[in-house]
Amino acid sequence: MATANPTMFQASDLNQHNERVQRRYQLLFGLMTLLLITPVLLILGTLVVKGGGAISWEFLLTAPTDGMRTGGVFPALLGTIWLVTVALLLSVPIGVFAAIYLSEYAGDNWFTRMINLAIINLAGVPSIVHALFGLGAFVLFFRFGTSILAASLTLAVMTMPVVIVATRESLQAVPQAFREACWNMGATRWQTIRRVVLPNSITGILTGVILEVSRTAGETAPIMFTGAVFFTPFLPQSVFDQTMALSLHLFVAATQVPGMAEEIPFGVALVLIALVLTMNSVSIAFRMWLRGKKKW
Amino acid sequence: MVSSGAAAVASDTGAPADNFPSKLEIRNLTIRYGHTVALRGVNLAVREHEIFGIIGPANAGKTSLLKAINRMDVFTSGMKVDGEIRFNGRDTSRLSNVYALRSRIGVVFPLPVGLPMTVYDNVALSPRLRGIKSKADLDVIVQRCLTRAALWDEVKDRLHALGSLLSGGQQQRLTIARALSQEPDLLMLDEFSIAVDPVTTMRIEDVLKELRQEVTILLVTNLVQQARRLADRTAFFLNGECVEVGVTEDLFTGEVKDQRTRDYVEGRFG
Amino acid sequence: MGTSTQALSNRATDARVTEDFDRRDFDWYVDKLVAGLVFVCGISAILFVLGIFFFVTKEGIGFVFEKMDFREFFLTPYWSPSDAEDPEYGILALMAGTASVTGLAMLVAVPFSLGAAIFIAEFASGKTREVLKVLVELLAAIPSVVWGFIGLVIMNPLLIKWFDIPVGLCVLNAGIILGLMAAPIMTSIAEDALKAVPDRYREAAEAMGATRWQVIYKVVLPAAKNGLLGGVLLGVGRGFGETMAVLMATGHAVNIPNSVFDSVRALTATIAAELGEAVVGGEHYQVLFTIGIFLFLVTFIINLSADLIVRGIRKG
Repeated sequence: MATANPTMFQASDLNQHNERVQRRYQLLFGLMTLLLITPVLLILGTLVVKGGGAISWEFLLTAPTDGMRTGGVFPALLGTIWLVTVALLLSVPIGVFAAIYLSEYAGDNWFTRMINLAIINLAGVPSIVHALFGLGAFVLFFRFGTSILAASLTLAVMTMPVVIVATRESLQAVPQAFREACWNMGATRWQTIRRVVLPNSITGILTGVILEVSRTAGETAPIMFTGAVFFTPFLPQSVFDQTMALSLHLFVAATQVPGMAEEIPFGVALVLIALVLTMNSVSIAFRMWLRGKKKW
Repeated sequence: MVSSGAAAVASDTGAPADNFPSKLEIRNLTIRYGHTVALRGVNLAVREHEIFGIIGPANAGKTSLLKAINRMDVFTSGMKVDGEIRFNGRDTSRLSNVYALRSRIGVVFPLPVGLPMTVYDNVALSPRLRGIKSKADLDVIVQRCLTRAALWDEVKDRLHALGSLLSGGQQQRLTIARALSQEPDLLMLDEFSIAVDPVTTMRIEDVLKELRQEVTILLVTNLVQQARRLADRTAFFLNGECVEVGVTEDLFTGEVKDQRTRDYVEGRFG
Repeated sequence: MGTSTQALSNRATDARVTEDFDRRDFDWYVDKLVAGLVFVCGISAILFVLGIFFFVTKEGIGFVFEKMDFREFFLTPYWSPSDAEDPEYGILALMAGTASVTGLAMLVAVPFSLGAAIFIAEFASGKTREVLKVLVELLAAIPSVVWGFIGLVIMNPLLIKWFDIPVGLCVLNAGIILGLMAAPIMTSIAEDALKAVPDRYREAAEAMGATRWQVIYKVVLPAAKNGLLGGVLLGVGRGFGETMAVLMATGHAVNIPNSVFDSVRALTATIAAELGEAVVGGEHYQVLFTIGIFLFLVTFIINLSADLIVRGIRKG
């Protein structure tokens, strides 16, 4: 710091000012992020504290008793597993094939744009409208009655975009040069997809499937009138039976049953959240592991 | 070995009047991408078991020509091919099964593409595609093709490493091994030495010299001297047109019909 | 060597080479079959959307053509479907309920999710960024029925205590819940939109001496404008169509709200609450499906505009 050059001095002054402004904005946006996330974490913490006491093997593995005022959630848990499994059996094959069409076959034209728009709409139509559709189409028109099949079909239509989008993304992550090399050797489109594209995107597709499990398990409105019931003393034996479901059970426990011990709905909420978030975490972890494991 | 059928067809389609049967005959070929013309009215005849060189500066339409021969226009959006390409006497635009055609034509790209599977699977892919399942047979093919591509010694201990993670030069020889595993009737190389060091280039050139005994080779190259070293005959492409075709040595000793060819060969442009 | 020749002579030589070109083998047919199959699955998305519209309309159309008075339906706030003598079907109050809750939710969610997206995309780096992104993604995954439950058992008593009101199930409650629900989704869409702005824009601006904030404000935000708007629209669509959370947190009273502490009822929640008791094929039942048609059309338009807006940025 010898002779103070006035221009240099000004420059560093300006820099300091800029840095202050910079830091102020960083703080502002950081705070907004924090304000967005903290309440949710606090709420989740409350759920854990209030519902944690209810969770036990017995809670998970016994049926509700005393008009649902006591007892466990087993039939609802089992019902959710039924619904999710059947829904995935229907939506994963169709969704993956649809994504293969979009990524590997479809050209860049109005028809493809129509399909994309349809996918966005499937994901964007209100869940209660899906419920109306399920009721009108599967329960009444196709005469499946209120059954696991009707509810799962409704769920499948609603959550299929999850699989399509995830699959399309992981298919498109495979460089085009690999396909061209394969085609040049005389492989058909399908041989190329099966031998080169799918093996290199299957983990990404799985990530999407896990994500869909989580989405499907949490949905309530679409199953309310298509297959899930407030209470049934019977466990489902086939896809044509009605069933209880965890998500609907939470709604019922919270709003429809007077005199229920407070910790039971909290326990149900906790089981549902744990199920959904575990699935999501697995999917995220899977994706991160995948990112660290490049093959080209 | 010479197929009389191919010869007969060649003569009745007006191929150059000589005694060689044409492996590949191209007549009045024009290739467009949208409104851009990549290749304009090209006529060529490639003989059985020769190395046919194609030289010319960038954008001469060389790569488009290879794509058209391999019928990759089907997979390339906006690519339109007019004219006639005959392979073994057959018009390639009228085949019931273009995959069978492609599986008989091996292609090597400027940038090597090792598929994201093991070295072994890379080479075994084509045989598997045509139904060879026996491990013993595949072993033989893989070893043979890798050996001929001068890569066997380097990878024999890591056949189960990823092909896409080999070095550039190794990947290029891997793609050659892969092309050979197709048991190609025609081998097309597109500026294969771009991504390869000079030593590897020389090794691949040696491989090609040996291969000419069994396959017809179409060698697109940006290196004029490479064409001189390898090609029996050479075509000079410029801006989508085939300027001149001739015996390679003639082009280099000044026996040219077109001044532009001489200029290019002598390095005055390009 | 015996195996060698055998293995390699599996292919036709010279004269027979071209015979293969005419023979469509098993793989050729499999390829065609798969092409057809994936095409059918591809258009299934379109078929499903048409199917939704068809079946919802099919159940509701009777009312639309026979009894519906458009003025009464859309412009009166009287909703009393179970009145045996003179049922009234005016959805104005229900629309007001949906609009007030969605509007408040957007008021909460838009600034915060935009701020969070800017922080994650432009300021945070490395580990922080990763952790925040994962958190946002997990928050977006919480099922709506859980949010409704939170509104009912956590927000409700809190609001009663803080604002000294008799009932905490109101526009404010549902608005906050819906805002918290929509925020993570909007954050990640907004973050994607910001990330889609090429780095060279930022570098160019920084090279001219702009500070980070100036770069964001003058370069990144304008460039990402369409994507951000599309994200907000999707959030609106999300709030508009949300069912379980608003069913549980609004108080479920047919009412045009005067303040944020009033209880309301949303269009979606009405269907969810009443469909179970409506007689299949009856008038009430058809009216609920008519509301469904309305919901479908509105969300369709919202999604279509969001798509067109986001597409606009890609073309520009």
